[in-house]
Amino acid sequence: MAYKTTIEQTVFRFEDLKDLLAKATPERSGDQLAGIAAEGPVERLAAQMALADLPLKAFLGDELISSDDDEVSRLIAERHDPEAFSAVSSLTIGEFREWLLKPETTHDRLEAVTFGLTPEMVAAVSKIMRLQDMIAVSAKRRVVTRFRNTIGLAGRLSTRNQPNHPTDDSRGIIASAIDGLLMGSGDAVIGVNPATDSTEDYIRIVSLLDELREKLAIPTQTCCLGHVTTAIHAIERGAPVDLVFQSVAGSEKANRGFGVDLALLKEAHEAGRSLKRGMPGANVMYFETGQGAALSADAHFGVDQQTMEVRAYAVAREFDPLLVNTVVGFIGPEYLFNGKQIIRAGIEDHFCGKLLGLPMGVDVCYTNHADADQEDMDTLLTLLCAAGVNFVITVPGADDIMLNYQSLSHHDAVYCRETLKRPPAPEFEQWLSEIGLTDRDGVLIGEPAALSNYVRSSNLIGA
Amino acid sequence: MAKVIEPSATEQTLDLKEMTDARVSLGRHGAGLPTQAQLSFLLDHARARDAVWTSVDRASLTDRLNRLGLSVVKIDSMAADRSIYVRRPDLGRMLAAESAERLKQTGAGKGYDVAIVVADGLSSSAVDLNAVPLIEALLPKLSALNLSAAPIALANQARVALGDPAGQALGAKLTIVLVGERPGLSAADSLGAYITYGPKPGNPDSGRNCVSNIRDGGLPIREAAEVISALVRDMMKTRVSGVALKAAVAKLPSSGV
Repeated sequence: MAYKTTIEQTVFRFEDLKDLLAKATPERSGDQLAGIAAEGPVERLAAQMALADLPLKAFLGDELISSDDDEVSRLIAERHDPEAFSAVSSLTIGEFREWLLKPETTHDRLEAVTFGLTPEMVAAVSKIMRLQDMIAVSAKRRVVTRFRNTIGLAGRLSTRNQPNHPTDDSRGIIASAIDGLLMGSGDAVIGVNPATDSTEDYIRIVSLLDELREKLAIPTQTCCLGHVTTAIHAIERGAPVDLVFQSVAGSEKANRGFGVDLALLKEAHEAGRSLKRGMPGANVMYFETGQGAALSADAHFGVDQQTMEVRAYAVAREFDPLLVNTVVGFIGPEYLFNGKQIIRAGIEDHFCGKLLGLPMGVDVCYTNHADADQEDMDTLLTLLCAAGVNFVITVPGADDIMLNYQSLSHHDAVYCRETLKRPPAPEFEQWLSEIGLTDRDGVLIGEPAALSNYVRSSNLIGA
Repeated sequence: MAKVIEPSATEQTLDLKEMTDARVSLGRHGAGLPTQAQLSFLLDHARARDAVWTSVDRASLTDRLNRLGLSVVKIDSMAADRSIYVRRPDLGRMLAAESAERLKQTGAGKGYDVAIVVADGLSSSAVDLNAVPLIEALLPKLSALNLSAAPIALANQARVALGDPAGQALGAKLTIVLVGERPGLSAADSLGAYITYGPKPGNPDSGRNCVSNIRDGGLPIREAAEVISALVRDMMKTRVSGVALKAAVAKLPSSGV
């Protein structure tokens, strides 16, 4: 079905729903690369106006990617809950935006509508929302998850401590992890992106992180971000796997590019749960996503990159994750060209993830070939704290020496605590105080003997 | 330098810097980095940005290669400038029509075995610093394998896959693309070598072998040349490259001639 808008006698025509969504998307290089973006700001506005008048119901009868060809589309259709949808089923996209913003639409109402919303509806409404709109709505929606601590409570911010090392050297990993702990980072997870993909290295890394956590009695969880099949092998061999990680995307074909499908993710989820390492009913999955992933795998089917990203959240929410984050600026300038595009995408991803019920975090980051810098990251971090993001990622001095990109520094976690008043998960906050890292007011005070002694006495770190 | 964090016990402060090259133990003032650490981070970022946005000095490269007795061909991708290049990776993989013609003339009737393509990629400093020494170390090894090399192609606004149409136009059996890798903050001058048997447009990345992080402080030039020439030898024997190479080599008779 075609859509049209008339602005001062000029008729703008949009071929179908995916064309309308793509042209209504705020400017970004990935959609231009795909050749599906609006030609200019006026055409974009025309598309946004047509989109605002579209009933939410229109999305139920009109699949962007047919269920016949794609298991993610099938999942989206199967999980749609008409009863939950009834609260908003009579609204247009424009009215839905207003409904989201109203004070009467409280956290509980947002939560109740979660499974009534499809990724496409959520992506659509975000396209006609400003940053402030999305921040205001996100800030109302809490998604709380648990493993050894409680993540996502109101007014708190967790951090992933990411101690990567170019050769997965055990001492190098521990040094970076300790650097983060000294600045209070690591309550979401202490998680390593491995440089290697062997099961032996995976087991060595999770064992190393588990020893650190266990000996220092840190109420957090650890993860090696290898492929799910490696995690399953490691679990079979009795490795201490807290969280099972996987990158996911918004189409079956794109997921196949990551070497996964829904059946494999289900198997991984069950393997992770079978270990019962967290509290009863703990969330055991960790997913990463990012706009442009489907396009870069030539698996976007002409759908804009932001809508494809939100479809990935339908995959993630099927497996009750503890953590989900968009690696927003990692993919490069051909998808998000500059700081402005990265900032908007980070706020969009967080908003859309939260509306769909995900414990959403953001890797606030950029590469050296993008037109962005650490000041753009300051802006995005501050906005995300206002929006109530569940967690962000920190590395020593903002420089990830394995993945060769810039994320946040552990220092930025201190900024969030001290200036933005966002303490970590309560269990972790208490631990920081008990081990002597913080004083009674939660202020960092120094390097406690327990940490130094641990490094000197560890058997796994090696000399 | 002022010590910011005091150890809380009689123990010595941990020496994390001795354990990793990551930016650990920077110190802090509130949430802020010490001024020196802050400025040196910005300097490293400025260097990395420079490596991306500065053009390779083709005149100097040509001169240095000529002095080694090598001739060069200058070629361009379909990306007209840097700003288009970073947005349009597809154009950086396609050869401009005149360049294709030039390469065809260069290769006509020569039956070259190996085409070496120097691509600016995402780091001009990687190419400026490392491409010529690597070629100098590599060529004698290729001669020792009785392989002929085409004139060196110097490619502007070029991604790895530009080596496919370039190698095909030269009529070469195999291409070695030396490309400036995406610069990190700590190392902005890493060169990568991507080797593909049977260059033609549309070759998948799984059909290439890669030797990366070639730079002072990473993989030394001499070792990189060893690894590359060993891969070339195996590819010429098996007529295979990429993920299938290992299995193909294993199938060779053990005499291995």
